[in-house]
Amino acid sequence: MTASSTAALKLEQVSRHFGGLKAVDGVSLTVQPGERHALIGPNGAGKTTLFNLISGEFPPTSGRVELFGADVTKVPAYKRAALGIARTFQITKLFPALTVRENVLVACTALDRRRLAMHRTVASCTDLRDAADRLLESFGLLPHAAETAKNLSYGDQRKLEVALSMAGRPRLLLLDEPMAGLSAGESRSMHELIDRLDRSIAVLLIEHDMDVAFAFANRVTVLHHGRVLTEGSCDEVSANRSVQQIYLGDAADH
Amino acid sequence: MGARRLTLLVVLALLVIAAPFVLSSYWVGLLTEVAILAILAMSLDVLLGYTGLPSLGHASLFGVAAYAVALLSTRYGMNFWTCVFAGLVVGTLASAVIGLIVSHVRDVYFLMITLAIGMVLWGLSYRWIPVTGGDNGLSGIPSLEVHAGLPFAGPTAFYYVTLVVFALSAGAMVLLVRSPFGLTLRGIRENEGRMKSLGFNTWLHCYLSFIVSGFFASVAGVMWAYYNGFVSPTYLDLTASSELFLMVTLGGPATLVGPVLGAGMIVLLKNVMSAYTARWLLILGTVYIVAILTAPKGVWNLGSRRSA
Ligand SMILES: Nc1ncnc2c1ncn2[C@@H]1O[C@H](COP(=O)(O)OP(=O)(O)O)[C@@H](O)[C@H]1O
Ligand SMILES: [Mg+2]
Repeated sequence: MTASSTAALKLEQVSRHFGGLKAVDGVSLTVQPGERHALIGPNGAGKTTLFNLISGEFPPTSGRVELFGADVTKVPAYKRAALGIARTFQITKLFPALTVRENVLVACTALDRRRLAMHRTVASCTDLRDAADRLLESFGLLPHAAETAKNLSYGDQRKLEVALSMAGRPRLLLLDEPMAGLSAGESRSMHELIDRLDRSIAVLLIEHDMDVAFAFANRVTVLHHGRVLTEGSCDEVSANRSVQQIYLGDAADH
Repeated sequence: MGARRLTLLVVLALLVIAAPFVLSSYWVGLLTEVAILAILAMSLDVLLGYTGLPSLGHASLFGVAAYAVALLSTRYGMNFWTCVFAGLVVGTLASAVIGLIVSHVRDVYFLMITLAIGMVLWGLSYRWIPVTGGDNGLSGIPSLEVHAGLPFAGPTAFYYVTLVVFALSAGAMVLLVRSPFGLTLRGIRENEGRMKSLGFNTWLHCYLSFIVSGFFASVAGVMWAYYNGFVSPTYLDLTASSELFLMVTLGGPATLVGPVLGAGMIVLLKNVMSAYTARWLLILGTVYIVAILTAPKGVWNLGSRRSA
């Protein structure tokens, strides 16, 4: 690997134990800049926990996390965000009592030097407001800008969830089941939104639906019981016997 | 804020300015109390309503500033501006130190630790007799008009000085909550975890919120010392902090206007009721329960869906 292609994300033997449970167990994973990478695996496989380790929600029990070439294993979440990583949550995490525009505005302020400014109104920061409105526009949320976030439909809340993560212009985006719980129509429009994301952004997507994952990603990692079962191109992974077994078993549950 | 509310505010402001021409000095005094405590209540609102940090020891910051003014003006005969400056600095420094301890915890833990620190400061005012005068407090603070060398003196003059301080403080806090920083405080109140993952050092924001809130509590403390001419441990006790908490929750948290109304209601109620009964806390408790049942989001939020 050349110096100019530093990986966006590099995990080395990362583990996280909850008591006796090895939720993530020795996972190594690399995501290159601009890569579209899907993380799949049955419920409880440890996908969300792995996201938490990458974004810095809590530290790994062991192993090493690198973002854009920097060791961030012990770096708190807010400092990782400044390096260019953003994430969404499987369970929507918005600012319920704020308006949709305020939700995005506060997200836009996160990496702006005016975040501690007390001497002027937000309204006077016209560039922030413009940036927020452009973001809302691109997610089709501008008509709802003045509504309180908690009053949005679930589908729009999920869009806002992704919009917030895009406010800081991340170079690595972690999406935790953005389509979960959406109707077929909403799911399709979410899929389009994600497909339209700037190609320079590396995206790691957790997705339950294999078809959706394969349609989106160049590379796929399959997680099972906290371990990497296999990793490869979509064709390689879908041809893998043990993956088929897990997913057939999983499908039989439904 | 709707046009109706704005009209209401303008009318209220005019009434407040005209008040000394129609009211007796007793009522002018009560209004002065309301204005000072309203600054204090708004300062708690920044913390409680906007940041979501429920302090049950907020009156102690106010008390510290008041004691600083009392001590310097009575013991050391310092001039007016030194006393004012010292009151603000000591109160703000106290919040900067206390903030270091409390800004790591949230919710009920924040409530308990601010309560505990408030008790400690109250205990200090009560027991550190050589400095604080203990139960008797410190008396003999000069009147503000004389101390500052104003050409006018008396309750009406003090009332107008208070109004000016109130207007400046309220204006500053309104700007604060509408600033980018103010928006981040509401973000923390709504979802601190999300704020962290967006890139905010939420600890720093909470800490600064505590200090700013302590500064405005100090402004109120300085005015309170001059208003009463003495200080005593009751300024810092749990009853004071609880009344303050009630002013904010009763009036409407995260509105700034609500706490002003809350301060008005509590001060008037207290003065009217104390003529009839000594069981003030019982009344306060009853008011609280009635308020929770009829206006859970505070009086200022009655009949409106939207709050800040
Ligand atoms: N904070 C936690 N404390 C204890 N156990 C947890 C915690 N988070 C996740 N787990 C457990 O770790 C396992 C993996 O969970 P998770 O990462 O959410 O799976 P996935 O996202 O793949 O469905 C599950 O068994 C879950 O119960
Ligand atoms: Mg999950």
